Amino acid sequence: MTEHLPALQVVIALTAAPLVMLLNRLPRLAWGVTLVTCWATFAVAVMLLLQVSDGSVIRYEMGGWAPPWGIEYRVDGANAWVLLIIGLVSAVVMPFARRSVDQEIPADRIGLFYSAFLLANAGLLGIAITADAFNIFVFFEISALASYALIAMGRDRRAVLASYQYLIMGTIGTTFLLIGIGFLYIMTGTLNLGDLAARLPEVTDTRTIRAAFAFIAVGISLKLALFPLHLWLPNAYSYAPSMVTVFLSATATKVAIYVLLRFVYTVFGFEFSFVELSMAWVLMPLALLGIVIPSLIAVFQDDVKRLLAYSSVAQVGYMILGISFASALGLMASVLHLFNHAITKAALFMAVGCLVYRLGGVSLARVAGAAERMPWTMAAFVVAGLSLIGVPLTAGFVTKWYLLQAALMEGFWPVAALLLATSLIAAVYMWKVVEAAYFRAPPEDAREVREAPLALLVPTWVLTGATIVFGVWAQFPIGAARNAADALLGVPQSW
Amino acid sequence: MNRYIVLRVISGLMIPIILIFAFYVQFHGEYSPGGGFQAGIVFTAAFVVYTLLYGLEAAQKAIPPEAAHALSAIGVLLFAAFGFASLFLGGNFLEYKVLLPNDQAGETFGIIGIELGVGITVAAVGLSLFYSFAGRRPDA
Repeated sequence: MTEHLPALQVVIALTAAPLVMLLNRLPRLAWGVTLVTCWATFAVAVMLLLQVSDGSVIRYEMGGWAPPWGIEYRVDGANAWVLLIIGLVSAVVMPFARRSVDQEIPADRIGLFYSAFLLANAGLLGIAITADAFNIFVFFEISALASYALIAMGRDRRAVLASYQYLIMGTIGTTFLLIGIGFLYIMTGTLNLGDLAARLPEVTDTRTIRAAFAFIAVGISLKLALFPLHLWLPNAYSYAPSMVTVFLSATATKVAIYVLLRFVYTVFGFEFSFVELSMAWVLMPLALLGIVIPSLIAVFQDDVKRLLAYSSVAQVGYMILGISFASALGLMASVLHLFNHAITKAALFMAVGCLVYRLGGVSLARVAGAAERMPWTMAAFVVAGLSLIGVPLTAGFVTKWYLLQAALMEGFWPVAALLLATSLIAAVYMWKVVEAAYFRAPPEDAREVREAPLALLVPTWVLTGATIVFGVWAQFPIGAARNAADALLGVPQSW
Repeated sequence: MNRYIVLRVISGLMIPIILIFAFYVQFHGEYSPGGGFQAGIVFTAAFVVYTLLYGLEAAQKAIPPEAAHALSAIGVLLFAAFGFASLFLGGNFLEYKVLLPNDQAGETFGIIGIELGVGITVAAVGLSLFYSFAGRRPDA
C-alpha cells in the first residue's frame, strides 16, 4: 500500500467530504469521520516526509498514465514539508473543532461545514502534491471555493461580505495563474512541471514566457496575500468561524508560497527568475513594506482576531523577504518559517477561539480582565505570542535568527536592522492584548465566564507546546527545511 | 396550468425527449462529444422546464431537495469508488484497465462508471442550485 501513499494523501479527504455531507443529520458522527480522516491524512503526510527525508523523490502516476501526458504526483523534500504542515494543523484543529463548531455553526449545517472543511483540506493537499500545472489550478479552485463557503458561515453577517471579497480577489488570482499556465502551455505544449522546466530554456527569451511569469507571480501573490494584494485577508480571517481561521491562517497562504517557490525555482529556474528578471528587487521592497505597514496597522486594531490577521500579512512578508535574498540560506529560512509561523499562528488563533467560546467576541474591551478567569487560555496566548515576536527558546526565534543571518550574509544591514525593529512592533501589538487581559478590569456588563473547556484547551496547548519544543529542539524543522531547500534548488547544499 | 393547452402538450412531448437525450449524451459520451457534465445539465434542464410550467412543488415531489443533496454526494462517491476499486485491484488510483480482465473493456467500464458519477452529481447540484433560487421568497 505504501506505493499509493501520494494518491491516498489527497483522495482520503476528497472522498470523506461527500460522505460527511451525507451525515449532515448526525453532526457527532460527521465530526468523528472528519477527525479520523484528518488523522489518517496526517499519518500519510508523516510517512511521506520520512520517505523523502534522505533526498529521494516519490513519483505517482495518476490513473496509470505516464507523465508528461498523465497527471503526476511528485513528492520531494519541499512539498512533503508543506503536506506535513497541512496534515499537522488539520489533525490538531479537529479535536478543537467539536465544541467550537457546535457553538458557532447552526446544528443543521455542521455536516455541510465539515464537508467543506475536508474539501478545503483536500484542495490544499492537492496543490502541494501535484506536479501538473493545470492540476494546481484545479486544486486551488477546490480549496478556494470550499474556503469561501467556510468563511461565509461565520456568525457575524459581515462574514458573507468578507467571503465575497475573498471570492473576487481569489478568482482574479487564480485566473491570472491560469492565464500564465496557458501561456506556458502554448509555448511548450506540456503541463508537467518537470517537463516544463526541461522545455522552457528553448523558448525562454520570448515575451510570452515573460508575460507568463508575470501573470503567475501576480496571481499567486494575490493568493498568498503579499502586500499590497492582501486586502482580502484581514476581513476573511476576522469574520470566519474560529476553527476556519485557525486552519486557513496556518495553511492557505503557506501553500500559495510553496507554489510560488515551485514555479520560481523548479519551473522557471533561479537564473531566469532572479538573474534575468531581477525578481528579488520586486519582492524585497514589497516584503519590507508588507512587514512594516501591516504591523503598524495591527497596533491600532481593537479586535484581537483582526490584529492577528494583520500580523499574518506581516509574517507573509518575512517569508517573502527570505526568498528575496536569493540565497540558499534565505530560502531555507523562508521554508522554515512556513512551519514555525503555521504552528505559532494556529496556537494564537486557537487561544482566540477559546476566548470567543467563553466571551462571545474578542474586542479588546471584551477581553479586558480575561486572564484572571481564563488563565490557561491567556497563558497559551502569551507563550505563542512570544514565538510570534521571536523571543529566544521559541520557534519564532529560530526563523528570525536564520533570516537575520541570511540578511547579514548578503550585506543587507538596513534590512537586518528593520527585522529587529519590526519584532518590536510585534511586541507592541501583542502587548496591547496582554495588557488588556491581565491588567485591565473586566467590563461592567461582563458575563460570568469560566476557563475554556479541556476539549479546546488541550489542542491549543499542543500547538503552544510545539512552539516551545521546536524552539528548543530545532534540529527537526531545520533539517526538514534544509531538505526542502535542497529539493527546490535541485542541488544539495553544504549547510 | 390547464388554460395553456399548447404549453402543456408541447412540454409533455418535449420533457421525455430531453430526459432521454440526457441519457444519450451520458452514455454515448465515450465515443462522441458529451459526457457526465453535459448530460447532467441537460437532465436538470428538463426539470427546469417542468418547474416553470407546473410549479416548484410538483417538481420537488419528483426529486425532493434532500434527495438532490444526497445524490450530489453519491455521485462523487461513485467516482471515488471506481478510483479505490482500481487501487485495490492492483492498479494506480483511477487506473481502470485493472477493473476487468480485458484491459480495453476495463477502461470502457471505468470511464462509463466515473462519468455516471459525474452526471449524477452535476444533475443533482444543478437541481439544488435551481431549487434554492426558485424557492427564495421575495423578502428573504
